[in-house]
Amino acid sequence: MTTTPLAPASEEALAEIIRDHAARQAPLVIRGGGTRPVGPPVTGETLTTTALAGVTLYEPEALTLVVAAGTPLAEIEALLAEHGQRLAFEPMDHRPLLGSEGVPTIGGVVSANVSGPRRIVAGACRDTLLGARFVSGKGEILKSGGRVMKNVTGYDLARLMAGARGTLGVLTEVSFKVLPAPETEATLVARGHDAHRAVALLSRALGSPWGVTGAAHLPADLAGGMSETRIRLEGREDSVRTRGEKLVRHLGGDWEMVRAEDSVALWREVRDVLPFAGQAEAVWRISLKPTDGPVFLDLLERNGLSHHAFLDWGGGLVWLLVPEGGDAGAALIRDQLAALGGHATLVRASEETRRAVPVFQPEQPRLAALARGLKRRFDPAGILNPGLMEPAAATATEHS
Amino acid sequence: MELPAPDPAILARRDAILARLREAVGDEGLITDPVETRAYECDALSAYRCPPMAVVLPKSTGEVSRVMRICHEEGVPVTPRGSGTSLAGGALPTADSIILGVSRLNRVLEVDYDNRFIRVEAGRTNLSVTQEVESDGFFYAPDPSSQLACAIAGNIAMNSGGAHCLKYGVTVNNLLGVKMVMADGEIVEIGGPWADLPGYDWLALVTGSEGQLGIVTEAVLRILPKPEGARPILLAFPSNEIAGACVADIIRAGILPVAIEFMDRPVLEAVERFVGAGYPECEALLIVEVEGSEEEIDAELARIREIAERHEPIEIREARDEADAARIWAGRKSAFGAMGQINDYICLDGTIPVSRLPDVLRDIGDLARKYNLGVGHVFHAGDGNMHPLILYNANDPEEFARAEAMGAEVLKLCVAAGGCLTGEHGVGVEKRELMPAQFSRADLEAQMDVKDVFDPRWILNPVKVFPLALSAPRRERARAAAPSPGRAA
Repeated sequence: MTTTPLAPASEEALAEIIRDHAARQAPLVIRGGGTRPVGPPVTGETLTTTALAGVTLYEPEALTLVVAAGTPLAEIEALLAEHGQRLAFEPMDHRPLLGSEGVPTIGGVVSANVSGPRRIVAGACRDTLLGARFVSGKGEILKSGGRVMKNVTGYDLARLMAGARGTLGVLTEVSFKVLPAPETEATLVARGHDAHRAVALLSRALGSPWGVTGAAHLPADLAGGMSETRIRLEGREDSVRTRGEKLVRHLGGDWEMVRAEDSVALWREVRDVLPFAGQAEAVWRISLKPTDGPVFLDLLERNGLSHHAFLDWGGGLVWLLVPEGGDAGAALIRDQLAALGGHATLVRASEETRRAVPVFQPEQPRLAALARGLKRRFDPAGILNPGLMEPAAATATEHS
Repeated sequence: MELPAPDPAILARRDAILARLREAVGDEGLITDPVETRAYECDALSAYRCPPMAVVLPKSTGEVSRVMRICHEEGVPVTPRGSGTSLAGGALPTADSIILGVSRLNRVLEVDYDNRFIRVEAGRTNLSVTQEVESDGFFYAPDPSSQLACAIAGNIAMNSGGAHCLKYGVTVNNLLGVKMVMADGEIVEIGGPWADLPGYDWLALVTGSEGQLGIVTEAVLRILPKPEGARPILLAFPSNEIAGACVADIIRAGILPVAIEFMDRPVLEAVERFVGAGYPECEALLIVEVEGSEEEIDAELARIREIAERHEPIEIREARDEADAARIWAGRKSAFGAMGQINDYICLDGTIPVSRLPDVLRDIGDLARKYNLGVGHVFHAGDGNMHPLILYNANDPEEFARAEAMGAEVLKLCVAAGGCLTGEHGVGVEKRELMPAQFSRADLEAQMDVKDVFDPRWILNPVKVFPLALSAPRRERARAAAPSPGRAA
């Protein structure tokens, strides 16, 4: 697997490679920087978009950025910062958690629809995605959306590509609505609450008019002996201070205000799941109704699944560390979610486990059939990341 | 605008089809009387009309499912309809279709403030969603100007926005989940009161698909806490270009107002004449609104004032209280009505990059002179969604044709400037044939591939969105392949 990846330097060259592979039915592993190896292992020749790099257009006054898919995320963030702007969805860096190396690209961020703690107000990557160019599995160069923030001209294939992990097409260019970066940030921290009490406080904060942009809870075992409930505020210095004071009065109890760089570090820890970095056990990412976060953890406890966990998104995102053995808790976790609602992704596990356990939450049969239908239309030869997102036992008995 | 000839095989089986539908929804859910179906012959794009074969108004998802199963078996086209406020002909029926209206599906099913969502049936009106939660300090963000009447189902079909989407996004950003009936009647649930989907983004595909992929019967919508307060500032400028430059400077300065509204002289004159708004005499007027606490609003408005002053405005008027704010907004809110009183107009919906505002305004002015027609501008400047109003006399068919031709040129101009044909009204039948101005053949074929997967028989709103000649082979193939009772008879 150490052969040099195919790295076309133009959209047309990329399309040519795909046409050639489609004709030969030769599978391709689609990659950006290769820092987010989530999903069952895929075999094939590696195709990377890293040679498609550079900013096509950046208009700060229109809050618009258009970039080639292989552009390093860090370059984009630096450019935006120069103009006092940012990608609002706060993309997670998967390298610490997954122990991966390489340079994250914007195309990879879009393909995996990555987001971070600010997702609760700013949405995920797909929410600020305005348009995309991509090459289908047939080798056709296609586009959808554009660079304007209101657009209902045709179906939204750009957002379809976000989160499709390169299984329907290979992104070549993406455009975003960017947002002003705030002057500063601060975090209110309360200690000693259990998860239920914490989520009640976070719900109350998120239902207030004071613009909370982060709402997380780390239990005692992951926060140095005493649990931490964290609430982030961003904006101008004076505004952050007064809103913080109002929130503290609103919530009651003791809150410490952590400012500026120290606050940034608290949220980097949450965003990049640093409490679980550098360990060998399996990691699940579970999205559910925020008040179900603590309920879900109780159910795991009651069913005897040994685990560590912390909550983001006001309780709606559970990061869960479990022993790697057996199915890594898959059946138990998904049984609870079948009752509660929500979905679980096995973000980190050995190759063996990722081969045996459905990494992505299986969908109801009709949606799974639609997914296979789309895959057949966009990638009829089945060469783009084959097997990455399809249910393992996909058969051809569905509609269309 | 062309509609394909109705399918004689369907018309021949009309009575049998209606009998099956009556069985599914009962007498109160079926309208077949030609006098009554006439109320459904058009939507808000009233230049185009065609009575449907029947109107079906189910009162449950189960009934919608039964109706779709029948139409799927019979090969009957279905025109989905929310409240019929589409400005693009999205709910325009064909003579061989039934209207499937969701207006009786209008209950609130669940309100959850802890988790900040509301679950409603899709026929509920947009404004009534906010009204349901506002006394508890929450609101539903998308607020299209038809919000008093328009249905959530239609908002989803057209990915509706509104005045506040610069800050809060459009429907796709505020929709968490749907219950949807597929073309063959199967009921699916997508998403829910949690973030993201586990697989492909079905919600994004369905949002803005103009009723071509399924019938949404329930929606889970994100609700937001209301800000402490909001106040506008009025900025008057001697030219469109200067106003456009001021918009760019405000955004560049890192301010994200909740709304930036733009009006030009023809609109200002109409507004003055009909409601006496008391706006300053100027070429271009901006209304910029910011939100937050009193102190935050004061601070933001001071910064906006400072930026505006660099552009030598004719006047700056800051709202000090609610009465001031209401006076500033009164003219803007009556703008479409005021324009309607002086003239008939076509309201376009092209979107352009904000940076291109001054030159696009100038080019539209040139086009108006070329076509010898009046044009007025009143739109959301912050998000580039223009609504040029092309004025014409409805009693003069030649002038209407000229206005339509100018409209098409304006939309192509928007695309050429890096924008799109439609920001929030949808393609419908109105802009169907203009799609090749924005998309390649392959782009459109890929979109129609999606339609094939969701609706292999092409019965859902089949003659919309795609140029007729382009969709014809798929529509015909679908019908030929479908062993419908109509064809067997």
